[in-house]
Amino acid sequence: MYQFVTGPLAWVAFTVFFVGIIVRIVLYIRGLDWQLDRVAYRPHLKYGIKGALRSIFFWLVPFGTQSWRYYKGMTILVFVFHIGLIFTPIFLKGHNIILEERWGFSFPTISERTADLMTIAVIISGFILLLRRIAFPEVRILTTAYDVLIWAIAMAPFITGFVAYHQMGGNYQFWLILHILSGEIMLMAIPFTKLSHFILFFMSRMQLGMDFGIKRGGMKNKGFAW
Amino acid sequence: MPEGILCNKIPCKTKEMLNALLSDKSGKQYYNEMNHLQINTEALAATIKKTLKSRMKTWLEICAHCGMCADSCFLYLANNKDPKQVPSYKIQSTLGEIVRRKGDVDNAFMQMCMDTAWSKCTCCNRCGSFCPFGIDMGVMFGYLRGLCFSQGFVPWELKIGSGMHRIFHAQMDVTTEDWVETCEWMAEEYEEDWPGLKIPVDVQNADIMYTVNAREPKHYPEDLAEAAILFHIAGENWTVPSEGWEETSLAMFAGDWEACKIQVNTVYDAMRRLKPKRMVVTECGHAYRATVIEGPYWAGLKDGKTPVPSFHYVEWVAEALRTGKLKIDPSKKIKEPVTYQDSCNYIRNAGLADCAREIMSYIAEDFREMTPCREHNFCCGGGGGFNGLGRYREQRNIGLKIKRDQILATEAKLVIAPCHNCWDAIRDLEEIFKVGIRWSFLKPLLLKMVVVPEHLKPPEE
Ligand code: SF4
Ligand code: SF4
Repeated sequence: MYQFVTGPLAWVAFTVFFVGIIVRIVLYIRGLDWQLDRVAYRPHLKYGIKGALRSIFFWLVPFGTQSWRYYKGMTILVFVFHIGLIFTPIFLKGHNIILEERWGFSFPTISERTADLMTIAVIISGFILLLRRIAFPEVRILTTAYDVLIWAIAMAPFITGFVAYHQMGGNYQFWLILHILSGEIMLMAIPFTKLSHFILFFMSRMQLGMDFGIKRGGMKNKGFAW
Repeated sequence: MPEGILCNKIPCKTKEMLNALLSDKSGKQYYNEMNHLQINTEALAATIKKTLKSRMKTWLEICAHCGMCADSCFLYLANNKDPKQVPSYKIQSTLGEIVRRKGDVDNAFMQMCMDTAWSKCTCCNRCGSFCPFGIDMGVMFGYLRGLCFSQGFVPWELKIGSGMHRIFHAQMDVTTEDWVETCEWMAEEYEEDWPGLKIPVDVQNADIMYTVNAREPKHYPEDLAEAAILFHIAGENWTVPSEGWEETSLAMFAGDWEACKIQVNTVYDAMRRLKPKRMVVTECGHAYRATVIEGPYWAGLKDGKTPVPSFHYVEWVAEALRTGKLKIDPSKKIKEPVTYQDSCNYIRNAGLADCAREIMSYIAEDFREMTPCREHNFCCGGGGGFNGLGRYREQRNIGLKIKRDQILATEAKLVIAPCHNCWDAIRDLEEIFKVGIRWSFLKPLLLKMVVVPEHLKPPEE
């Protein structure tokens, strides 16, 4: 089983993930329409790129936009959650050992202690994000079962990973395999679900950035004050 | 009765139809007929398939339902944070549903969409700047309005409004003759005080082609005279076109894209005919948005630009003050605290915040910013057609609270509002809440403080 989930299934998961996000990027860009979107993308590409980069950059910086500054608590939650979610698995020692073994390359790694703390941060911020959905009427009204499912898909690898690492669940092998499986499910879910915001965040921000950079003022001023 | 006599899927294209609509007082019969209007679900599905592309599809799909757009919406705030006013909820429960059901919706649903699109969103686009994904509900509500319009679900006043554009090429029944006569009348009226004052019609190759909002010739012709006097003082070589002088677009508020195109093309034709160096439009926000920002796309101009470079009035004023074409008498600057209403249409959605500040630095001694301001300012409360819709009067009035409180917090009693919609909204909020404020366009204020060169003064008697 271990061989299977870290072997062929891992191949499938990564292939689906990479091909999937490339397809999403291509489909997104092909679906842009200068007249329907009312943005002259091509003739003013330089202004567009500038607008796009600004629009992505400021939103990647914690408190970099008025909205991030307005919702301070949410901003901390969002950044802690996403930084942990993305970087912990990439730089985890255990993962990189397998990478090296199977595919012959690896990334620099973080200490196990750091990884552990980041995992805890993901789990805690994840639960607060979930509580927020229940506690605040303006978020509750938006929340659907699908949102909770997506949340669970994203959280599962961290919870199972944490349990396995600390040998909490008794059967280490069982939790480890569950962990690997849940990670692969998440990877494969990215192109097909709302988790596609992993890449579509950049696409969407790029588009709106181009909109402001080209049409809504960017050619007359310094750029939108995100 | 699937199609009403007044309420139907056919845009108003004839004077007879227009008069029939106008004589139906406050749209009583019209809204009655709307209750029986049938939905052409195939047409709706086909339109969505053809026009809902990756941008909006992605917006609808990836919305994280995080609620970070909630507080950005003045209507959410003004309605005591009613969750049903959260921008994401408003669009997901309307456009989102139509898309999910592939156009298979009923009359009651479409009426709910109409009510939401016109009474719960002014298309101010503020939420778009709050959402981490850049999901712009204002843009999507504009799109939804188009879908509603195509099925005949549009507020009565806007069916009339877009009909006016189709018939008169103006938002009101102002004909070419009416317009040219008003220009002549105003020039004559003020010539005594301003020797040599002219409102030159259809002059080719002028430096500036000036265009207006039909309300000005129809109801406030002095505004036109004031513009003429300021151009006169500034020594501008300017003209107005006899046709293509109207920049506003109730058709845009209505979602009648075909009428939008007809309207902006009249202006673009005037530009091509008169070949001015540039175009300047009066103090109107949505006029600029329609004709300069969105219009080129309706008209299919691939570079997204008007045929000649186009400027909002505040850009011209800022430039005239900067270059000294207009000089302000320092002793006449506004001394009392004064604030400025940033119009969504030319500030947030066209980036002219700095021009406004530049003007204020010349004319005001105690300028107070609202909070928030500039790109992030709240809608006046009357944008997107909201001011003029009888069916939603009450909701409009509730929305005005936010602007009222913003203005009161500055402690200024004078609000400069170089936008017809903002101007109206602020006038109405004073009427309703009686908070003791005054409001003004720039032109009358400038005229009171501008230095008049000796040679332009009337001869002493
Ligand atoms: S802020 Fe954006 S992602 Fe969040 S609920 Fe609003 S529209 Fe959706
Ligand atoms: S565009 Fe403006 S009025 Fe409409 S939902 Fe967004 S913030 Fe509210």
